[in-house]
Amino acid sequence: MLLCLPIINQTNTGTHMKNLILVTGLLLTLSQMASAQRYFTRDARVQFNSDTPVEKIEAINKSGTAVLDTETGRMEWKVLIKNFVFEKALMQEHFNENYMESTTYPNATFKGNIANVSKVNFAKGGSYAVTAKGKMTIHGVTKEIEVPGTIIVGDGTVKVHSDFKVACADYDISIPGVVREKIAQEIAVSVDATLDPMKRK
Amino acid sequence: MKKTLLLFLALSVSPLLSGQEEGDLLALLGEEETTDYATASFKTNRVVNGHSIENTAAGVLDFKISHRFSPMRNGLYDMFGLDGATIRFGLDYGITDRLMIGIGRSSKEKIIDGFAKYKILRQSTGKRNMPVSLSYLVDGQIKTVKFPDQERENLFSSRLYYTHQILLARKFSESLTLQLMPTLVHRNLVATKAEKNDVFAVGAAGRVKLSRRVTLNAEYYYVLPDQISPVYTNVLSIGFDIETGGHVFQLHFTNSADMTYKGFITETTEEWFFKGANGNAKSGIRFGFNISRVFTIVKPKGLY
Repeated sequence: MLLCLPIINQTNTGTHMKNLILVTGLLLTLSQMASAQRYFTRDARVQFNSDTPVEKIEAINKSGTAVLDTETGRMEWKVLIKNFVFEKALMQEHFNENYMESTTYPNATFKGNIANVSKVNFAKGGSYAVTAKGKMTIHGVTKEIEVPGTIIVGDGTVKVHSDFKVACADYDISIPGVVREKIAQEIAVSVDATLDPMKRK
Repeated sequence: MKKTLLLFLALSVSPLLSGQEEGDLLALLGEEETTDYATASFKTNRVVNGHSIENTAAGVLDFKISHRFSPMRNGLYDMFGLDGATIRFGLDYGITDRLMIGIGRSSKEKIIDGFAKYKILRQSTGKRNMPVSLSYLVDGQIKTVKFPDQERENLFSSRLYYTHQILLARKFSESLTLQLMPTLVHRNLVATKAEKNDVFAVGAAGRVKLSRRVTLNAEYYYVLPDQISPVYTNVLSIGFDIETGGHVFQLHFTNSADMTYKGFITETTEEWFFKGANGNAKSGIRFGFNISRVFTIVKPKGLY
């Protein structure tokens, strides 16, 4: 659609011009309405817990980005590893340095679909149980995953929530023997986001 | 007519374009430029004897136990120097992520030291680009050992030493960090007129990461000529940082028995290798360690 504008500018002056702009504008609006509605956020909360009898480790990231296309059910997430905050600064350093190697692998991403998106009526408020399927990339390793979640359609917003587990070994995150009892093999991840409609340019 | 045609063409192309966008939804948000600060340039806030560019994180207390042993040259007789030790206990605390303070007490000359370190520049890339990190350190030392001559008039001020230091560091890669430390040590009392009260030295340090948890560190302080008595020499230290969860073990070889600035910069007595009084080859290498254990006192705000 962006293509139209320079073409219009190249046209000769005249009464045609006005109509042309009007028509283009109308078409643009129509196409906008007809096109898939997208929702997004830049402050998704991603929290994780590693729970062992010896040590409980928690971290939170409040600046995840996510985009959801309600028509196709496509959904993409990106989380900056360095933005995870721990209670203990040293743990945060080790998380970045020794486990996630965040300089080499700065992001964790999810790119996939809400498998049963047709079940969700985005025009009507309510809570819907859904399943997300797609590719999760952590620590440079990509895995096909399928996780359950909830979509809550609110007044102009879409809330997404999901709880799932991530096994460190699946993503080549090695835990050395000395701390094996302190770090869980499976990390519980909790994701919460309130998505707002994306305005198209 | 031509215009309408073009317009039609453009409109019919546009769904194709937006169709391409489907492949990468996140790209629709555009790349938000952030600043990426260099972290973990060193495993802890000391290289060996002197400071590194690292600060203790805000709200974190770092308890340090450090030992320097006798020279190793006597072998098994004194267990490679382990029979004799100078000790320093220290507490460092991060007030903010940029400002830290600390105190310590050394067995040698019963010195109590206190310091403040402030990180002025932080190495970063992205939105804000800064090639180096820069810190300023001010350190005061009080020698509390009894004056050798009790008869003469001894002033309290004679016990005081001050150090000002600039730390300039760059983390070149994940594995390499280099640091320069222009340093001024002020001594209120010196032994002879020939010795200077203000001593200028330049330190250089570096670390190489050997594995995720082990680094090799080196630190050297060069004292500019004609400032201190010729019986003193420059301090060179080489060591390993081994990090194990909550602790950092720094094991090193150095030619200084001191862990205070005035001590290791202006009063190091033996070189790594030197000729003894009778012309024999001797070595002043000592084994030493710093153990750092951190405790989170104040948890970061707004965590949950």
